[in-house]
Amino acid sequence: MILSGFILSFMIGGILAWMAALKNLVLARWISLITVCFNLFIVIILWVQHLQGDESQSAWILDFSLPWIPRFGIGFHLALDGLSLLMLLLTFFLGALSVLISWKEIQHQVGLYHFCLLWVLAGITGVFLAMDLFLFFFFWEVMLIPMFFLIIIWGHENSRYAAFKFFIFTQASGLLMLVAILGLYFVHANQTGTFTFDYFQLLGADIPSGAAMWLMLGFLAAFIVKLPVIPFHTWLPDAHSQAPTAGSLILAGLLLKTGAYGLLRFIVPLFRDQAVAIAPWAMAIGVFGIIYGAILAFSQTDLKRLVAYTSVSHMGFIMLGVFSFNMIATQGVVMQMITHGISTGALFILAGIIYERIHTRDITRMGGFWKSMPFLGTCGLIFAMASLGLPGLGNFVAEFLVLVGAWQATHKLTIIATIGLVAATIYSLRILQKVFYGNQSATHGLADLSFREKLVMIVLVVSLIWLGLFPQPVLNTSRPSVNVILETTASSDENGTRNPKIITIKQKRYTHE
Amino acid sequence: MNDLLWLIPALPFLGSIILILAGTRLSKKSVPLIGVGSVGVSALITLLIGYDFISSDTPPVIKQVLWNWIDVAGFSPSIALHLDSLSLVFIFVITFIGFLIHVYSSEFMVDDDGYARFFAYLNLFVGSMLILVLADNLLLLYFGWEGVGLCSYLLIGFWYQEEKNGYAARKAFIMTRVGDTAMAIGLFMIFKTFGTLNITDIQLQAPVMWEIGATEGTIIAFLLLGGAVGKSAQLPLQTWLPDAMAGPSPVSALIHAATMVTAGVYLITRMHVVFELAPTAQFVVGVIGSVTLLIAGFSALTQYDLKRVLAYSTISQLGYMFLALGVGAWSAAIFHFMIHAFFKALLFLAAGAVIMALHHEHDMFKMGGLRKKLPVIYWTFLIGAASLAALPLITAGFFSKDQILWLAWAGEKGNVWFFLVALSGAFITAVYTFRMVFLTFFGEEKSHVTHIPGSFINIPLIILAILSTLAGFIELPHSFGHFQLFTNFLNPLLPATTLQSEIESTEWMIQVSAAALSIGGTLLAYYLYVKRPSLHAQFKSAVPQLHNFLLHGWRFDSLYDWVFVKPFVYLAAINKNDFVDWPYNALVNVASFIHRMFAFTQSGILRWYLIGVVLGAILILTLGLML
Amino acid sequence: MTTIPAEYGLVLASVLFMLGLISLLIRRNIVFMLISVEIMLNAAGLAFIVAGAKWSQPDGQVMFLFILTMAAAEVSVGLALILQIYHQLKTLNSDEASKMKG
Repeated sequence: MILSGFILSFMIGGILAWMAALKNLVLARWISLITVCFNLFIVIILWVQHLQGDESQSAWILDFSLPWIPRFGIGFHLALDGLSLLMLLLTFFLGALSVLISWKEIQHQVGLYHFCLLWVLAGITGVFLAMDLFLFFFFWEVMLIPMFFLIIIWGHENSRYAAFKFFIFTQASGLLMLVAILGLYFVHANQTGTFTFDYFQLLGADIPSGAAMWLMLGFLAAFIVKLPVIPFHTWLPDAHSQAPTAGSLILAGLLLKTGAYGLLRFIVPLFRDQAVAIAPWAMAIGVFGIIYGAILAFSQTDLKRLVAYTSVSHMGFIMLGVFSFNMIATQGVVMQMITHGISTGALFILAGIIYERIHTRDITRMGGFWKSMPFLGTCGLIFAMASLGLPGLGNFVAEFLVLVGAWQATHKLTIIATIGLVAATIYSLRILQKVFYGNQSATHGLADLSFREKLVMIVLVVSLIWLGLFPQPVLNTSRPSVNVILETTASSDENGTRNPKIITIKQKRYTHE
Repeated sequence: MNDLLWLIPALPFLGSIILILAGTRLSKKSVPLIGVGSVGVSALITLLIGYDFISSDTPPVIKQVLWNWIDVAGFSPSIALHLDSLSLVFIFVITFIGFLIHVYSSEFMVDDDGYARFFAYLNLFVGSMLILVLADNLLLLYFGWEGVGLCSYLLIGFWYQEEKNGYAARKAFIMTRVGDTAMAIGLFMIFKTFGTLNITDIQLQAPVMWEIGATEGTIIAFLLLGGAVGKSAQLPLQTWLPDAMAGPSPVSALIHAATMVTAGVYLITRMHVVFELAPTAQFVVGVIGSVTLLIAGFSALTQYDLKRVLAYSTISQLGYMFLALGVGAWSAAIFHFMIHAFFKALLFLAAGAVIMALHHEHDMFKMGGLRKKLPVIYWTFLIGAASLAALPLITAGFFSKDQILWLAWAGEKGNVWFFLVALSGAFITAVYTFRMVFLTFFGEEKSHVTHIPGSFINIPLIILAILSTLAGFIELPHSFGHFQLFTNFLNPLLPATTLQSEIESTEWMIQVSAAALSIGGTLLAYYLYVKRPSLHAQFKSAVPQLHNFLLHGWRFDSLYDWVFVKPFVYLAAINKNDFVDWPYNALVNVASFIHRMFAFTQSGILRWYLIGVVLGAILILTLGLML
Repeated sequence: MTTIPAEYGLVLASVLFMLGLISLLIRRNIVFMLISVEIMLNAAGLAFIVAGAKWSQPDGQVMFLFILTMAAAEVSVGLALILQIYHQLKTLNSDEASKMKG
């Protein structure tokens, strides 16, 4: 019940905000803020309860199921496990920030804007909860269309191009996934005689391996375009740089994560043998993306485009981790999803704040911001450090876990991926140098952050440091789900990518004398 | 008392957080109170714990688990501290020299806008460095390792408005990160091999798992060496250190002389078990050390900038420490680290005071005659320089360097080449050190003294000068009293160096030759720069290429520029618009071309359409009739 | 009374149709184009009558009535459109009224 409540509240909140904006713009903003914060509050309570709960319980925390179109075996089936719970936390957290950050930025069509924003969030929430493939596809589309409008209506100078590019890429790949879903549906029906889209029933399907490869590629297409993986990444820099700040935040922080989530939730459990078969290619492409994204990020002069390419680079770690098929790497992937959402979102917010002040995203026209905006400088420093993977911040934990895990599977690729850390250093420091260091008189005398902006920044910084020093609650939450995801692969994996030594050698714990 | 261990790194972190948050709102008086105070209290706690440590009969190993950092499927490093005699030496040096440098900075930086920011960074550095040396596992060590790298970046670029400072800062960060990457890969390998990153466990398991010279152990040792080489500015990653002098002088003293750059020495010493199992890697450590000490020494001979001389000298002295590590003289390396920390911090601080007194003049050839104007600085600088040049008997540097020379010759892993390199290095050191002294303090006065340093600058200098002299007497060589307090202190942890059997009583010969060379170097410097100052100018104009080659640090910068930087920048520049986008754009272009073709037929003129209809009808009729 | 052979009627109808078609193609004035369309419709109607007479079926005449009705409706709509075009564009030249160009 709570689960459908999340989605419904966003949809209703969106309509209310739209209607309220006819009378009062501030009211519309408050309605959407309260909607998101309320949901955030509920999900935090859920999380705290879950953390205090018994470890031995099943991976699934909540389950909600209604028949929808029973004739075709379509159900309104939502379920929550640790992974979804973390994704919901991230969604609502970034959702609240995106409302806050567009408080001043959006001045025309405010009602429609908040309607779109909340409906995107509704779609994303649905994607993270849906356990019926038809419903999943439905929400996959729900999050796409309002996002398209967010980019095209409130975007920057070249937003039509970017919005259409984004739409066509995701839609085309989404259709491939639809075909694959239908294929899976009929294959399953052929074998068992029951027509169903239900995830848990399809998990048991025994698909002939030739068909399974094609079906998996259909799913994979949607997810790797969303992630994005080279060579399907080119929609991302355009969409990110043209979207309004909140749009970039949601794109980078959440929409990309739906791709990663799809890999974990569908590809690995449903098509385990095929996933193992393509793993070397998938990892190679991910590692190539790490380096390629970093080099491109280095050459950009548009700040938002630069940050967008860093996303391409960071998402390579997700490919590497998912296809390593071991606990450490997969936990690292979950961490990476969360920390990348926060740190990259933070960089986009930073770019948005600067854009509001000097009306350009061109870093050659920036410089010396530290003098006039020391608060922003300190935050920018922390975000850049997160992006280059400094220990003590969340991204380090994520990337290190992915790399340690990947090392169990492949040495060469892990070495190249680790070199990506040097490349990350180069582009991150370039951001700092071009934006905050140096001395440019044009940037003197700008106002430092307002209270609202400071609040957003402090929340982001604190959460990054918290994730860097105390990642264990997050890892504990996702552990049962990751176990379930991996159990299916561990048995079929003959190459022994899981090192038995790790399990046998117990680490000694010391207590001080 | 030992439960307070966590406070040692925590206090500087706390100070840093307060300074960052409150920053500009604090008064000029309360900033140093927090900044200096936090490190001061840390130093006090170190003293208390150190007293406990020494006074107990069996040296204890203190472990303190603060919290579980990560725990995933057997990968479970904690945030846990580990104190043994090696870390005690390091935290002692870090907190005490750190404290003195903080005191010095409270006067040195007082007129700077970023006063609070400076202390925030400095405290952050001290905290990270303490974490590095107190870490119980390699991941936490890596945490501190990267943390000090960040602080080094921030402090080199402290005066961020200058473009070249930002460049130097980035260079330092990126070059050390190259080494760190090797080290990270080493950590992956270690974890895969041992299933843990806990240092004690690794030390216990390594000899069981590997025999001497095992491939895996050698690879791991080389990877760790990569990290050490980056941080300690050894060949081939040494070029960042001279540029790092762009930072304020206290930073150079603390980070780029006394503490951070010795992290590599610490890492190798900490993992000495692994290196002893990998003789190839250990030999390479020695080779890197000896080559670096010569290269850097020659470069130091030609520099103009006072601080750059000291930077090259630091690289060279770190080379000595690596050489010592390479021959298995673990405690000698750590002893030289400690003595070097004293005198090099002293030299940097004194140089900073000189530069401030002359209103930011860095060029030694524009200084001179400061002996009378700045007497305290002159005398302390002279003591530091004597220690660096290892003038015999009266300086601490003599005793620490002598130990390395002796073990390079007599140690089981030593050989005559290592020894000769170290010996000639001693001569070069003496020459460039006294070149610096004579150019700066002797001769005629060329610049006007604008600022006389106050007591907050003088007192740390005097304390360091005393330490640079007296600290040597805690470790005396065999032929000279044989009093080995320091080695014995470290002994349970670090094994003593085994000597080659046939070498017995040549130690005094080595001491005499080393002493003769350092005195000879001093005299040569006196002859060249005081007696006949025209001679070195003649030399410079006789072989300008050689002079420039040495001046620019053997042109390593140009080499890296051509091999790495330029290709990378070129690659990035030509691909700015992302060639992966081309096929997609091509698709778009094809579609819109077809679109234009069809749009052309829709002319809007009615009669064209009619003709179309008629022609179409005729076509269909013809086809119908033909078939 | 001798019957006129059906071929004569059909030839007349085709000649009429061709005349209408040719004038539709060469005329630019929309009113004349409309008239040409009417001629072609009547040609088609004549063909139906002739065919009906040949086979002595009433269907031909029924179809002619249909065509007549349709032509009337078409003319009324067409003339209204022509009036509008004249109002909007101040011309009856069909080549100039090419705003629907793709």
